[in-house]
Amino acid sequence: MLALNLISATMILSGIFFMFLGVIGLIKLPDFYTRMHAIGKCDTMGQFLIILGFAVYEGLSFISIKLLLISVFYLFSMPAATHAIVKAAFYGGERVWKKGDQRM
Amino acid sequence: MNVKRDIIVDTTSKKMMPIILAFGLYTMIGSKGAGGGFQGGCIIAAAFILHSLIFGFIEGRKKIPESWNTFFKSFGLHLYCGCGLLSIIASNFVAEFLNYSAFWPIANLVGTHEARAMQVELIIEVGIGITVFAAFVSMFYDLAWKDDDELEDEVIK
Repeated sequence: MLALNLISATMILSGIFFMFLGVIGLIKLPDFYTRMHAIGKCDTMGQFLIILGFAVYEGLSFISIKLLLISVFYLFSMPAATHAIVKAAFYGGERVWKKGDQRM
Repeated sequence: MNVKRDIIVDTTSKKMMPIILAFGLYTMIGSKGAGGGFQGGCIIAAAFILHSLIFGFIEGRKKIPESWNTFFKSFGLHLYCGCGLLSIIASNFVAEFLNYSAFWPIANLVGTHEARAMQVELIIEVGIGITVFAAFVSMFYDLAWKDDDELEDEVIK
């Protein structure tokens, strides 16, 4: 029981760490595309790890099966959503930041 | 605006839609644990909304026309109310309305608590889910649909 709790705590803490990195990227980076680059990957990994940690903490039950399914959904849908948003912005005419430009 | 169709978004939404529908049904029926009728209906409605976001409103409206929407909205409500009325009739008018534990043929076999749980899981939650799904989809189309003369100007592919 203690080992499972430790594993789930490690997963949740590392998920929070990934989300923290994503928020730093969202605040510090200069451009829409670079912000999406930071947020897309860090959100996917962070939320996946957090929900997986919840599933490990719960043990084998109906709730943990639902949590596992939700985490697999995150793995597939978040990168596709990020891709769709970035492509829509590119076709909509959002400018790409170059070195020396101002922050947008 | 002439934009090429994107293969990643197309493939992901095509592969995800049946899985989302199955997950919505699992959430709707399995009331042991988190979930219930309202959440399952929301997830199933989200699958249809995703389809019409990816492939356009006209294609999405072909999948679930307005008449089906109206039918499902009232069908779920009738399922809910009919379950309560069935309890009254099946218990020889002893039970009150929506008193599921007196559901006569099942309650004598497996006990009142199990009969109530089965009825709530299988009939009541499915009725709520169908109504919520139809209401959400019709709300989405009411907000997003354009009139016919506006559609002719702007070709949605």
